[in-house]
Amino acid sequence: MTPNPEKKKLVVATTSLAGCFGCHMSFLDIDERILQLITHVEFNRSPIDDIKHINKPCDVGFVEGGCCNTENVHTLREFRKNCKILVSLGQCAITGGLPAMRNGIPMSDLFSEVYQNTNNPTLGNHLIPNDEEIPIILDRVYPCHEIVKVDAFLPGCPPNADLIWEALVRIIEGKSLDDLTYQYFKYD
Amino acid sequence: MKKSVSEIAQMHQNKQTQLLAILHDIQEQERFISDEVLHILSDELDVPLVELEGVRSFYHFFSSQHRGRYTVYMNTSATSEMSGAFEVMQAFEKHSGIEFGQTTSDFKIGLYKTSCIGLCDQEPAAIINNLVFTQLTASRVKEIVEAMKAGKDLKVLLRQGEGQNKNPLIGAEIFNNIRQKGPLFFNEFEPGSALKKAMDLGSLDVIESIKKSNLRGRGGAGFPTGQKWGFCRAADANRRYVICNIDEGEPGTFKDRVLLTENPYLVFEGMVVAGYAIESKRGIVYLRGEYAYLKNYLEEVLNQMRQGHLLGKKILGTRFSFDIQIKLGAGAYICGEESALIESAEGKRGQPRNRPPFPVVSGYLNKPTVVNNPETFGCAAKIVLNGPEWFRKMGTAASSGVKLFSVAGDCDRPGIYELEWGMSVADLLKLCGAKDAYAVQVGGPSGVLISERQFARKLAYEDLGTGGAITIFNKTRDLLSILHNHMEFFNNETCGFCVPCRAGNAILLKKLEKIMIGNGTSNDLSEIKAWGQTVKLASRCGLGQTSPNPLLTALQNFSDEIASKVRHDIDYISQFNMDFAIEESVKVAGRSPNLRVEEVED
Repeated sequence: MTPNPEKKKLVVATTSLAGCFGCHMSFLDIDERILQLITHVEFNRSPIDDIKHINKPCDVGFVEGGCCNTENVHTLREFRKNCKILVSLGQCAITGGLPAMRNGIPMSDLFSEVYQNTNNPTLGNHLIPNDEEIPIILDRVYPCHEIVKVDAFLPGCPPNADLIWEALVRIIEGKSLDDLTYQYFKYD
Repeated sequence: MKKSVSEIAQMHQNKQTQLLAILHDIQEQERFISDEVLHILSDELDVPLVELEGVRSFYHFFSSQHRGRYTVYMNTSATSEMSGAFEVMQAFEKHSGIEFGQTTSDFKIGLYKTSCIGLCDQEPAAIINNLVFTQLTASRVKEIVEAMKAGKDLKVLLRQGEGQNKNPLIGAEIFNNIRQKGPLFFNEFEPGSALKKAMDLGSLDVIESIKKSNLRGRGGAGFPTGQKWGFCRAADANRRYVICNIDEGEPGTFKDRVLLTENPYLVFEGMVVAGYAIESKRGIVYLRGEYAYLKNYLEEVLNQMRQGHLLGKKILGTRFSFDIQIKLGAGAYICGEESALIESAEGKRGQPRNRPPFPVVSGYLNKPTVVNNPETFGCAAKIVLNGPEWFRKMGTAASSGVKLFSVAGDCDRPGIYELEWGMSVADLLKLCGAKDAYAVQVGGPSGVLISERQFARKLAYEDLGTGGAITIFNKTRDLLSILHNHMEFFNNETCGFCVPCRAGNAILLKKLEKIMIGNGTSNDLSEIKAWGQTVKLASRCGLGQTSPNPLLTALQNFSDEIASKVRHDIDYISQFNMDFAIEESVKVAGRSPNLRVEEVED
C-alpha cells in the first residue's frame, strides 16, 4: 500500500454499540501501521476523534456490538444511511455476543435482579431507572444484520488486528472481503 | 415421601444405570419429579445433584412441574397435522380449559405436545398415561376429557386394536396395517431354530455368514452388520454387550413398532445369535418411552424364551448364557444415535459421545458393544437360518435382502410394506395407492425430500438409502409448513451440546419463518444454503449432520416453488420492529415510549 496523494482519502466511521470497546482496542493493535493508514483514510464519526455524528458520506463504517437499546438502533441506522460499506466487527455485532446472554430472560426479572435485588450502594433507592433521557432497553439484544443490511462480517472476540488491517487494505484497494483466508480468523 | 423414593431406588438396586427406570416410576407415581426427590436420589445413588437435574431436564417425559393425573402427549408430526391434529388439539384445550403446555389447577389434566410417536399411519394420535389413542376426532376428545375429569379408567374408551395389539398385555388401540408381507418378517418362525443353526455353525462362522449376506444396518446409516460384529468380537475385553435400538424416533417411521408387536421372537433371537457370535452374555433392549405400552408384553416374550431355554443360563443345554434386559427411554429422538443411546442406557443425559472410540470398541459401560436396529437382528436370525445366499438373492447387488418400509401420508393404503431393495419410488407409490403425490420424504426429515422428477429413483443404499420412512404429500399440502414442522422437530430434539446444531438449527428455523410471513428475499435462500452446509459439516453427530436436509433438499428439488415464495426485487428486509421491541421494557420500567422523532422516521 503506497501513499497516493492524487487519490481521495477513504472516509471511515466506527462505533461501539452494545460492545466492550475490545474490538476498537484490537483495531489500535495495528500499532505503527496506523501512521501508514492515516495517509490513506480520514476518520469521521469514531471514538478515535470524538466526532459525535456522521457529518459527511462515508465509504465504510465499522460497527462493534449488537443493539440492546433504542440509541444503538438509532446509531446503527445512521451508519447504514451514510456508509457505502457497513461492516459488523466482532462477535457481539455478528451474533449479539455476551450481552445477548440476557435474551430469553423476562424483562421484569432482569430489571429486578439488576436494580432491586441488589446491595450496590449506588443503586440504593432500588428504583428501575425511567428517566425519559435514558435510551429504552429492547426486548432482546439484536445482531446488527437483523436491523439493517450488513455487507461484511469480521469475526473474533475481538477480531485480531491483522484481520482488521487486512480488511482495511482490501477496502482501500477496492478488493472484496469475501475471500479473506482462514488464517485471519483462526483463533486456536 | 422420603421412604417411597428410597424404596423405588431400592427396587432398582440403587444403581445409576437404572436411573431412567427410577425416574419413570417417580414420574408415574407423583406426576412430577421434585427437587426434594432429586436430593434424596443424590444420596441414595451417590450421583451429584446437578447430574440428576441434567437428566430430569433432558428427557421429555420427565418434568419438574406437575403434569397432571392424566397426562396427554399429543403427537405433532407432519402427518398428524395433515390428519386434523389442529382440531383435535383445539378440542382438548376447549374441554379441559387449558392450553397445551399446561396442567389444570386441580392437577387432574395436563396437555403436552410430543414429537412423532410412531403412529403416522393412524393419526392424529396421543398417548395418555401410557394408553395409546389413535385416529382421534374432536368428539372422541370430548368423551376422553370428560372421563379424565371424572377420574375414570380410560381403558374403557379404547377401541380394540389389531393383531397382538389385542393381547391384554398390550391393549393398545393400534392397527398394524401390514399391507405387504414378504419372506422375512411376518411369517411363521419357530423360536430357537436360528439359534440352533448358529450353534451348529459356531460363532466365527455366524459372523462370516452375516458378512457374506451383505446385510447392512436397517436403522438408516447402513453400516455392514457382519463387519460391526467382527470388530466387536475382535475387541479385547472381558465383557461385551448387545443392544437393540428401539428408539424409533424418526418422524414417519413405525416399522419397528409393528415388528416388535407381531414378531418379537425373531428380533430377540437375532440378539441372542449376535450375543453368541460376539461372545457376549448381556443384551439390552432400549425401548423408546413412547412404546412403554409394549414393555409388559415384551417382558412376557422374554420369559417365554427363558422357559424354552432360549435365553438365560445354559441356553439349549450348552454352556452359553445370555440374558436380555429391557430399558425404557423417556422421550428423546437423539437417543436413536447409538452413542447417545448408550449414555441414556447408563442413566445419563442422552448426549452423543465423541467418536472414535466407536461403540464396538468402547460402548455400554465402556465395554465393546454392538448396537443394531431390531430389523437388523431379525434379518440376522433369518440369514443364519436360511443362509447368506438366500438373503443375497433378494434385493440388488449392493443392497441385499428385504426392507420394511413405513408408508404414511397422502395415499390409500398407509402402513407397513416388506419389499426387496431396489424398488422405484414410483412403483411404491403405485403399490400404496398414492395417486397425486407431489413430494415424497424418503427416510424421514433427516432424509431427502424428492419431487416427481426423481420418482424413478430406486430405494436402495446405492441410490436412496433409508431407514424405511416414506411420507407422501400431495399438491394440496403446503411445502413450507411441512418444512417448518420438520425444522421445529430438530429444534426440539437437538441435545444442545454442540453449537452448530443448537444455534444453526434455530437460525434455519427463523429464516424459514421469515420466508413464511413474506419477508424472505433471495439472499435468505442463499443464507439457508450456507448455514445448512455449516451445520452439516460442523455438527458432532448424525442429528446435526442431517437436520438441514429438509431445507437443503427442498431448495434443490422444489427450487421453483420456493423461489416463488421470496422477493427478488430487493435483497434485504429487516424484521425489526421498534414498537414491539420496547413494549415490554417500557411497561416494566413504567415509562412512556418516547421514541425521538428521528428514530421513528429512520
